[in-house]
Amino acid sequence: MVPNYSIDDLEGWDERIREKVEEFGLDPYPQEFEICDHNDMLGYMTYSGMPSHYPHWSYGKSFEKTKTMYDHGVSGLPYEMVINSNPSLGYLMRDNTLCLQILTIAHVYGHNDFFKNNFNFTAVTRADSTLSMFKAHAQRVRSYVEDPSIGPDAVERILDAAHSLSMQLRRNRAVKRLSEAEEKQRLWEDAQPQPDPYRRIHRTPDYEAPDLRKTPASPEEDVLAFIRDYNPYLTEWERDLLTIVHEEACYFLPQIETKIMNEGWASYWHREIMNSLDLPQELHLEFLVRHNQVVRPHPGSLNPYHLGLRVWDEIEGREAPSPPEEREDAGPPPAGDRSAMFAVREVDRDVSFLRRFLNEKVMTDLDLFEYEKQDDKLVVSKVSNEDHWREIKATLLRGVGMGSTPIIRITDADFGDQRTLYLVHEHEGRDLELGYAEKTLMHLHELWGRETALETYVNEKRTILKYDDDGFKAEAAS
Amino acid sequence: MATGAIFRPFRHSEAERSDRSAGDRLRHRQKIRESIRDNIADIIAEESIIGQRKDRVVKVPIRGIKEYRFVYGENESAVAEGDGDVQEGQVVGQADGEGQGDGDKAGDKAGQDIYETDVTLEELIEIMFEDLELPDLERRALKQIPAERTTKRKGYRQVGIRVRLDKRRTARQRVKRVLATRGRMDDPDLPTNTEGTGRYPFHTDDLTYRHVIPDLRNESNAVVICIMDTSGSMDTMKKYLARSYFFLLFNFIATKYLSVELVFVAHHTEAREVTEDEFFHKAESGGTFISSGYQKALDIIDERYHPSLWNIYAFHCSDGDNFDSDNSAAMRCAKQLADVSNLFGYGEIKPLGSRYYESSMLSLFRRLDADNFQTVVIEKKEDIWPAFRSFLSKDRAGLITEKAPEEAAEV
Repeated sequence: MVPNYSIDDLEGWDERIREKVEEFGLDPYPQEFEICDHNDMLGYMTYSGMPSHYPHWSYGKSFEKTKTMYDHGVSGLPYEMVINSNPSLGYLMRDNTLCLQILTIAHVYGHNDFFKNNFNFTAVTRADSTLSMFKAHAQRVRSYVEDPSIGPDAVERILDAAHSLSMQLRRNRAVKRLSEAEEKQRLWEDAQPQPDPYRRIHRTPDYEAPDLRKTPASPEEDVLAFIRDYNPYLTEWERDLLTIVHEEACYFLPQIETKIMNEGWASYWHREIMNSLDLPQELHLEFLVRHNQVVRPHPGSLNPYHLGLRVWDEIEGREAPSPPEEREDAGPPPAGDRSAMFAVREVDRDVSFLRRFLNEKVMTDLDLFEYEKQDDKLVVSKVSNEDHWREIKATLLRGVGMGSTPIIRITDADFGDQRTLYLVHEHEGRDLELGYAEKTLMHLHELWGRETALETYVNEKRTILKYDDDGFKAEAAS
Repeated sequence: MATGAIFRPFRHSEAERSDRSAGDRLRHRQKIRESIRDNIADIIAEESIIGQRKDRVVKVPIRGIKEYRFVYGENESAVAEGDGDVQEGQVVGQADGEGQGDGDKAGDKAGQDIYETDVTLEELIEIMFEDLELPDLERRALKQIPAERTTKRKGYRQVGIRVRLDKRRTARQRVKRVLATRGRMDDPDLPTNTEGTGRYPFHTDDLTYRHVIPDLRNESNAVVICIMDTSGSMDTMKKYLARSYFFLLFNFIATKYLSVELVFVAHHTEAREVTEDEFFHKAESGGTFISSGYQKALDIIDERYHPSLWNIYAFHCSDGDNFDSDNSAAMRCAKQLADVSNLFGYGEIKPLGSRYYESSMLSLFRRLDADNFQTVVIEKKEDIWPAFRSFLSKDRAGLITEKAPEEAAEV
C-alpha cells in the first residue's frame, strides 16, 4: 500500500498540533518519530519499544505470540508506540492513513506530557538516560553470554529466575529508601518509650528491645535487590544480571501503575487537539470513526482507553458539588476545569485516580460488573447499581496496576539460624495460584541457594510453602 | 516547544533491525522442542495421534516454558464493562479464558497462559525418536528392492534449473571465453564489452548445469511383522494399547529404512495374515495358541522375507492368556523367530491390576535365551512410551537388568 502522505505532510501537521499542545498547556519532552513497517513494529512491541535490548528466549515467545495473533487477524498492531525517554521516541506505522498519523501524533504528545509530569515517572525514571541504560544492559548481558567461562545457558538460568521475581519490588518508589543504618535507627527510636505526661494514670508498657540484628531490619519488597545484596555466594556477573532485571522492572513500574490514566489522558488530548484543528471534512469523518474504535467499550473486558477517558471527562465536567455520600468516597471535588485535570495528572496513579473519581454515575454509565468463576463459567455476580457499585469499585481497585501482583515481603534472611529466606505474602482475600507459586519459589531457591519459605493462606489456612534442595513442600503453619 | 518533532522516514529494514528477534525466537523454538521431548509420554498417551496421517497438525500442550511469577489463583473475582444491559447471573465467558477476546486483562491470570504449539505428526515422530536407536540396524544389508528416491549425476548440460548450476564450471567457462576473445579485445564491435570498461559479464553460454538422472539404487529393506492375539480375552482397551505400540514401532522403523513393509498376523487358536483394517478392528472369540501366530510369521518369512535379504522386526502383543498345552510349542517357535529377526519383542498387555491373577507368558519367555529378544509389560496408556523406549533403547543392557533383576539370575 502506498501511503497517502509524505514526511512533509507529517511535519506540517506536527507543527499545527504543537501549536495546540502549547495552547492547551501541555508540557512534553522533545519528540522524535520513526516511521516503521509492521515487521519493525512487531519487534518494537517485543522489546517494549527499545531500539536495543538484551536477549532472552521469552522475547522470542512474545514475538511469536504477537505475530501469530496479527497474522490470523485476532488482533491488529497498535497505531503507535511511544517510550518514556528524553527525547521521547515514538513509532508510527507506515501503512496508516494520513488521518491516523495525525491522530497518533496528537495522542503521542498526550503520553509524552504524561511521562514528563506524572510523579510516578518523574520520581523514579531518568528519561534522559533511558535508551543508554537499555543499551548498556544489552551490552553487558551479551558480554556474559559470549564469555566462555559463563556462556548462554548460565546466563539464561539466572535471567529465567530473575524474570520470575522481577515484579516483586517496592511499589512506591517515590518514597525515599532508608539505608540499613537509618532503618535500624528508626526501629530503635520507635521502640523507645514516648514522653507521657499522664504516666501516673497509664500503666507503663514493658520495654521491648527491637531486634536490630535481624536482616532485613524491616520487611523488604525488593526481592531481587535484596538477594543481590545479601547472598554472598553470587558471583559478580550474577549480581549484575539481577541489577539489570531489577532496574528494568523499576523502569516499567510507572507504566503499569498508570495505564488507565495515561491512555485516558492521551485519548482526551488527541480528541481535543483533533477537534480544534479544523480538519478537512473527510479527515474529520475518518477521525471520528478511528477515535470511536480506540475508545469504544469492550463488553466483557475493560478497555483502559475507554475507562480512562470517561473518568477524565468526569473530572473536567464536574461543576456542581457532588452528593455527600460520594464525597465521602472521593474526597472534595476539584474545580471543574482543566487546571484540576493538570493537578491530577501530576499526583495520581490508577488506584488513587479511580478511587477519587470513579463514581456511581460513571460506573452505571459504563455498566461495570463483577464476575467470578462458577464451575467452568464466568458468571456475573454483581452489577453497578445503588447497592453494589462500591463493592465492584473495590474489586476493580484491587486489580488495577500492581494490584494484580501479590505483595510478598522478605522478613528474615536467616530464619531459624539456617540462612532460610523467609517471605510473607500479605494475604487480603486472594490466594496464590499454587502451581505458579511452586515454580516461582524454585527460581527463588535457585538465586538464594538455601531453603526458601513463603508464608501464605491457602483456603483460609495459614500455610508455609517451602523449597529446598529436595524440592517443593507445602505444610500447615503451626 | 521551539522546534518541531524530528521525523525519521521509513527505511527498508536493515538486516540487523528487521531480524532482531531471530536469536530469541530460535532459542524459544529449541525450548519448545525440549518441552515436547520431556512430555512425549503424555503426548503418546493421547489417542488422537495414533493412526493419523503424517501431515496432520497436532496441537501439543507445552509445559516448562511458561514464565512463572507469583500470581493470584482462582478465588479472584474481576471487573469488566458490559454492553449496558448486563444482569446478575449472566454467563459472560468460559473460565479458561476462551471467548474473552479483547486481551487487556490477559496475562495476569495463571490459567490463561496455556500454551499450545502446532507441530506436524511427522515432526513429532522425529522429535520422539531423536534419542532412540534401532539395535542391529541393517545387519542384513543385502540389496533387494530398488529404491528410486536417489538421483545420480551424469555429466553437464547448458540447460538446467537454478539449484543445479555449477558455479565453478560456469566461472571457468567464462574465463575460457574471455581468453578466447582476447585477441580481438580492441575490436569496437565486440558485443560482450560494449562500454569499454574492461568487464566481461557472464554470458548465457557460460552457464553450466549438473545433469542428474534418477538412480535405481538397491537399499536394504525392513519388514515389520505385527502379531496380535485376537482371542476373546483381548478387549478394546487391550487392542488399543497394542495398536499404539505397533504404531510407534512401525513409524520408528520407517525413519530408519527407505522402504518398510508391514505384515499383520492375527491369531487365536489358529493364525492368518490379515489386512491392517482387519487386524485392528475384527474381534474373534475363543482360546489362544500363541505358537500358531509365531508359526504363521515364520511361514511368511520363509516365503517372502528371507532373513539374508531382509531386516526383520517382529513384535507380538498378547494378554498372556495362553493354553498351557501350547506353551512348549510357543517357546520353540519364539526361539526360531528370534533367530531370524533383528529384533523380536513380546508385549504383554495387562490392564492395571490384572497381572496378579491372570496367567502370564512372561515367566516362560524369560527363559528364552536370545540377545535380540525383549519383553515388556503394558498396563496403561502411560506405559506405552517407557515400554517402547526400553525395547529400543541404546542402553538396552542397563534397562534389562534394572527392570528385571531375577532375569539375570536365571541365565
